[in-house]
Amino acid sequence: MFNGLTIGSIYSLVALGLTLVYGILHIPNFAHGALYMVGGYITLSAMTYLGIHYVLAIFISLLVVGILSVLMDRLVFHPLRESPPIQHKVAAIGMLLFLEAFAQMLWGADYRQMSTPFDDVINVFGLTVTLQRIIIVITAVTVMILLTIFLRKTFIGASIIAMAQNREGASLVGINTNQVTMLTFFIAGALAAIGSSLTAPINLVFPSMGHLVILKAFVIIILGGMGSVPGAILGGYILGFTESIGATYISNDYKDLIAFILLVIILTVKPQGIFSRGEQS
Amino acid sequence: MFLETRNLTKSFGGLTAVKEVDFSVDKGKINAIIGPNGAGKSTFFNLISGVHKPTSGQIKFKGEDITKLPANKIAKLGMARTFQTTSLFENATIIENVMVGHRLRTKSNLFDAVFNTKRLRNEERESYNKALEVLEFVGLLDVKDQLVANISQEEKKRTAIALALATEPEIVFLDEPTAGINPEETAALAQLIRKMSENGLTVCLIEHKMQMVMSLAEKIMVLNYGEKIAEGTPEEIQKNEQVIKAYLGGSVHA
Amino acid sequence: MLMNKRIIITFFILLALLFPIIMPNSYYLYIMSLSFIWIIAVYGLNIVAGYTGYLSLAHAGFFAIGAYAFGLLTTKTEIGFWPAFILAPIITTAIGTLIGLVSLRTKEHFFAIYTLCVGYIIYLVIDKWESLTGGVRGLIGIPALPDLGPISLSAPTSQYYFVLFIMLWMVFIAYRLVHSLVGRTLIAIRNSETLALSLGISTTKNKLLSFMLSTFYAGVAGTLYASFIRFLGPEISSTTIMFDLLTYLIVGGIGTLSGPIVGTLLIVWTSQTLQFLQDYRMLIFGPLLTLIIIYSPRGIVGFISGLFRNRKARKKVAAVQVEKQV
Repeated sequence: MFNGLTIGSIYSLVALGLTLVYGILHIPNFAHGALYMVGGYITLSAMTYLGIHYVLAIFISLLVVGILSVLMDRLVFHPLRESPPIQHKVAAIGMLLFLEAFAQMLWGADYRQMSTPFDDVINVFGLTVTLQRIIIVITAVTVMILLTIFLRKTFIGASIIAMAQNREGASLVGINTNQVTMLTFFIAGALAAIGSSLTAPINLVFPSMGHLVILKAFVIIILGGMGSVPGAILGGYILGFTESIGATYISNDYKDLIAFILLVIILTVKPQGIFSRGEQS
Repeated sequence: MFLETRNLTKSFGGLTAVKEVDFSVDKGKINAIIGPNGAGKSTFFNLISGVHKPTSGQIKFKGEDITKLPANKIAKLGMARTFQTTSLFENATIIENVMVGHRLRTKSNLFDAVFNTKRLRNEERESYNKALEVLEFVGLLDVKDQLVANISQEEKKRTAIALALATEPEIVFLDEPTAGINPEETAALAQLIRKMSENGLTVCLIEHKMQMVMSLAEKIMVLNYGEKIAEGTPEEIQKNEQVIKAYLGGSVHA
Repeated sequence: MLMNKRIIITFFILLALLFPIIMPNSYYLYIMSLSFIWIIAVYGLNIVAGYTGYLSLAHAGFFAIGAYAFGLLTTKTEIGFWPAFILAPIITTAIGTLIGLVSLRTKEHFFAIYTLCVGYIIYLVIDKWESLTGGVRGLIGIPALPDLGPISLSAPTSQYYFVLFIMLWMVFIAYRLVHSLVGRTLIAIRNSETLALSLGISTTKNKLLSFMLSTFYAGVAGTLYASFIRFLGPEISSTTIMFDLLTYLIVGGIGTLSGPIVGTLLIVWTSQTLQFLQDYRMLIFGPLLTLIIIYSPRGIVGFISGLFRNRKARKKVAAVQVEKQV
């Protein structure tokens, strides 16, 4: 059961990044999974090649991936802003393929271990859990709280929300849409890097580690509402719990199917997604 | 009644964009809908042409209830429209764009396409000739082979109108046809609209340019905050207190 | 220009017909035949993504369905080679129609994500349903082309001509489609669904038609693949194949008629000569995909025809100027 909390935390972090970017650009960044993966590898490399402590390595990783994410926006999505949406998707896929191949070339295709200073096992309410899992949940929740405060209480945060609702209006009001976009991409990348690095000690690091997570993140933001922050968080935990229950009571092999079957059912019944914004003028 | 709406209402969540509007279009006349920004004119258009589904109310066209019909079926009944943002196919020529307008009157399907049947060839020729006909009508025949990407804003507007005419409509809705073009071009477009009306078409347009509307339209409806505040001839509208107030206390002679 | 096009096409068809004589190397024949099979699949993707604007990321999944349908029909039933050959694409199209009915109600991005998930589900089903598909172990023993009377068709050369024959027909159908009112309708939908609807076009019907066609092409390609390679594994429905097909299409030119051929042949043959690239080809494909879609969205074919169009336009401008001077 606690697993559901852990898994849900990671899903929420990744989905949050995805939904923020979708909110302001209306593009699903297919390359988000690559950012996730790179985040894991940077943390791993910082730890193994530079001997840096786990926590510090995560900080480095979130910075690097954040910048990488901004580069993605500037070099790829920005030039395509007036183009038909199919081009955005293809461009994102291109970046995804490249980053995965690059990671494989640099680090090899093997599944790598990441050590963590939090591998003690402790007893919480009668459940035996590793400290790492607790750290995951605590960190994720803290990050989410900080992010929510940032979005609600700061001017820049409000700008992101304003842009998500009405991009043209926001720029008319004097919001520097380019800067806000870059910041949003940075945050999204950082969130992915944190999520990846938190889960890596448990789930290992390998080039295709982003695949499943990103597909599920898409399911989550469609379920929770594209661009909705609470939707991403709620959706992430719901999926996390559902999968953990499914893995225990149905089958571990097929637990991944849950997300996709959920998506297929939802979109079949309500093609606009659950929380469609209705027609926008 | 040629076209009429009764109590037409559209709400998006908490916002009511169009509120219980009764509207009727006089056949063969040039009708106009005016109102300040955000009055709900485009939404109203979208409701009639089937882009949005009304929250409540009724729309009747040629005696038929079209309230629940999708946009493509409404087009087949003889209602055509243009859009504020011209969404023409930039990478094709004007005539290639306009040819698609005739598609709804053709019956060719995949079988016809693959086997290049007589029906396909006939209908292709029909579509091409129709395109020539409407392009001549709007005055773009000599530039028919130009790429849409390379023509002026005003020519794009006329192409959009040609496209609407190619559907062989009985009524044409023009959504701000003169947005973004200069006074000479506006006058030329007004001429074109008059020509359309003289040829038996019923026209209904949304416009901001008051002078043009007052000299062109025979019947005007004024919307404000989604509600109809006035309806009548240009003279009646110009004298209407409510209308003058709605346009922020200024006179309606712009 | 039209005269030129006819000559070029005839030339290339002749080249294709003479290829086994020019290059009697059976390995090259193998690669070329495989390329033709990919070309058919890419044409399918081009119809739904290039001409209608709906990026179906389940395309490789349907390719696999076609292949496995043929493989299962020939190895587990008694119906024979040719009936299976006809049935497999039909089965694929039938499944495609069902999925199309549901998935096409979604728009744009949702459609891409939905089909991505469908593709993944197809992969999972093939991989896990071992009793039916053999799972990871794969499906073996698929028969090759049976003899047509005294003519043996199992030699590489005959197989090459058979695949070429089918491919030319599929390309011809695509050609007819694109240049017809139906093709124009699809392009109108790609340009703007709202506009298309306002022109009386039934976008639902046409999108479904387009999707069905794409799955038919995928099914034919899959069937040919199964009878050619004669061994199937779940990886043929993987995202690797999907993105390969997408790369061939984008590089060649999405939404163009010759794009699929140019892109597939170019990449397959360059990959062959640069064998060391095999494992890391995504290092090149990835950026290629992104760069092309940004700077030349219509791929190589689009770029070249753009050059021709500019030349024609410049000639016209020059002619007008000459007229003015006179």
